[in-house]
Amino acid sequence: MKRSITRLLMAPSVILLLVWMIIPLSMTIYFSTIRYNLLYPGQNNFVGLMNFEFFITDPGFIPAVANTLILLLSVLIITVVLGVILSALIDKPFFGQGIVRVLLISPFFIMPTVNALIWKNMMMNPVYGIFAWISNSLGFEPIDWLSSYPLMSVIIMVSWQWLPFAILVFVTALQSQDTEQKEAAQMDGATGFHIFRYLTIPHLARPIAVVVMIETIFLLAVFAEIFVSTGGGPGYDSTNLAYLIYNQALLQYDVGVASAGGLFAVLLANIVAFFLIRAVGKNLTV
Amino acid sequence: MTLNQQRKLKTIMTGLFAWTIALVLFFPIFWMFITSFKTELQAISVPPALFFEPTLDNFRVVQERSDYIHHALNSVITSFGATILALIIAIPAAYSMAFFPGKRTKDILLWMLSTKMLPAVGVLVPIYILCRDYGLLDSRTALIIIFTLMNLPIVVWMLFSYFKDLPKEILEAARMDGATPWDEVVKVVLPLSVGAISSTALLSIVLCWNEAFWSLNLTASEAAPLTAMIASYSSPEGLFWAKLSAASTLACAPIVIFGWFCQKQLVQGLTFGAVK
Repeated sequence: MKRSITRLLMAPSVILLLVWMIIPLSMTIYFSTIRYNLLYPGQNNFVGLMNFEFFITDPGFIPAVANTLILLLSVLIITVVLGVILSALIDKPFFGQGIVRVLLISPFFIMPTVNALIWKNMMMNPVYGIFAWISNSLGFEPIDWLSSYPLMSVIIMVSWQWLPFAILVFVTALQSQDTEQKEAAQMDGATGFHIFRYLTIPHLARPIAVVVMIETIFLLAVFAEIFVSTGGGPGYDSTNLAYLIYNQALLQYDVGVASAGGLFAVLLANIVAFFLIRAVGKNLTV
Repeated sequence: MTLNQQRKLKTIMTGLFAWTIALVLFFPIFWMFITSFKTELQAISVPPALFFEPTLDNFRVVQERSDYIHHALNSVITSFGATILALIIAIPAAYSMAFFPGKRTKDILLWMLSTKMLPAVGVLVPIYILCRDYGLLDSRTALIIIFTLMNLPIVVWMLFSYFKDLPKEILEAARMDGATPWDEVVKVVLPLSVGAISSTALLSIVLCWNEAFWSLNLTASEAAPLTAMIASYSSPEGLFWAKLSAASTLACAPIVIFGWFCQKQLVQGLTFGAVK
């Protein structure tokens, strides 16, 4: 087939994605350099880098960047470490495997807004929640999770959603592991830990890279869980960049500052993506 | 203990362990489900009530208060609409990249993936303003367009990784028999990739159904899908946990059950075929 036809077939996808990237992004860049508040229409003069200055000196800025990174790293570590350990432990035939698989993956299909509501109310409520009941039964003071440990609460919610995904990916990958190799190692006197360390972990390198990449895409953009559960608070304790920008744009109507913030979020994502796409690009065969 | 007994014990331990993890992770969903059949008083009773007389009242109230059917329809229309559109745009691209790869194919694919890295908040303001100016705020059209573009990179990737694994010899044989490029696609490639296309579609539907950033920011009532309807229950107007649970159960049930049937393909798909 001719080059021109293959190009023609790719064109719609490539052009649409280019447009989807370039038009809004250039608008964001433009808005970030003018004064633009939806409450004061008509005063859109050029202000240079003032919006960036406002955004960066906003009291919420440093907490938001820190929270974004803490959230990303915590959930990545929890899901990958627990995911690898748990999947290695259950990677043997047992009774009711099919049902366990179905139960395990379920949290992944729960929509973020429902996820946040279940945890906020029925699990973490300091009076009527399941956690409060457990602490009371064990003789401890119940914890008010959302106001005492807001960021950790969000981390728990998000990890609950992504741990099943990690486990299932790793379990699926482990099924293709060479059992003969494992048996040979056992014959030579390798302990369970040695097998795990020198055979299982290297076998999982690629799936881990993929899980990290997919999760990063979604974790940098966590929004609904915060929106529904803590509303970014108390103070800025659980505000991430996505929530801070939403707050500037749609609650304070300051389009200029929100756009500056948006550009900053893009920059941060690009820094993360630069390393990630390179690492994963090596791991994916095209 | 004999070796056989040891092995049996190991199997039982593994089973017990796996079941424990699965039940712990599933518990919040189970709890939401049974709470939806309780009265409001039972829902907040301490200690938590496990046995009670189930009632269907909550479901009736949810339908009356927030018109579940209307929002469910919005979810169905936006997820299926966006998925069909994305497939129509992505299939030709994935086909040409998989069967006629050029020097730049890998770069184009990675570039597409990198557009997914662009955080939605970075373009929230312009998209919001564009929608406002074109009268698309709170419209299903806006959501369909955005969902399509949002999932396009993943859809192209998934289809590409499936197409790449199709045996090229079949295509060559078809060509020898005088098939035109059009015949090749319609009579050979598409029938061979029904499974691939349907699992890609499933994944796209799940992602659209659960999408919450754009639906919360761009819709109010008319076009609000289930994700946005549920968020309206977060307002602290009292502890209506039973009704909240009923609404949540209704919102999640279709996609969770759907997910149970195709979890294997979904995992494979989301990892771009890197895990089989």
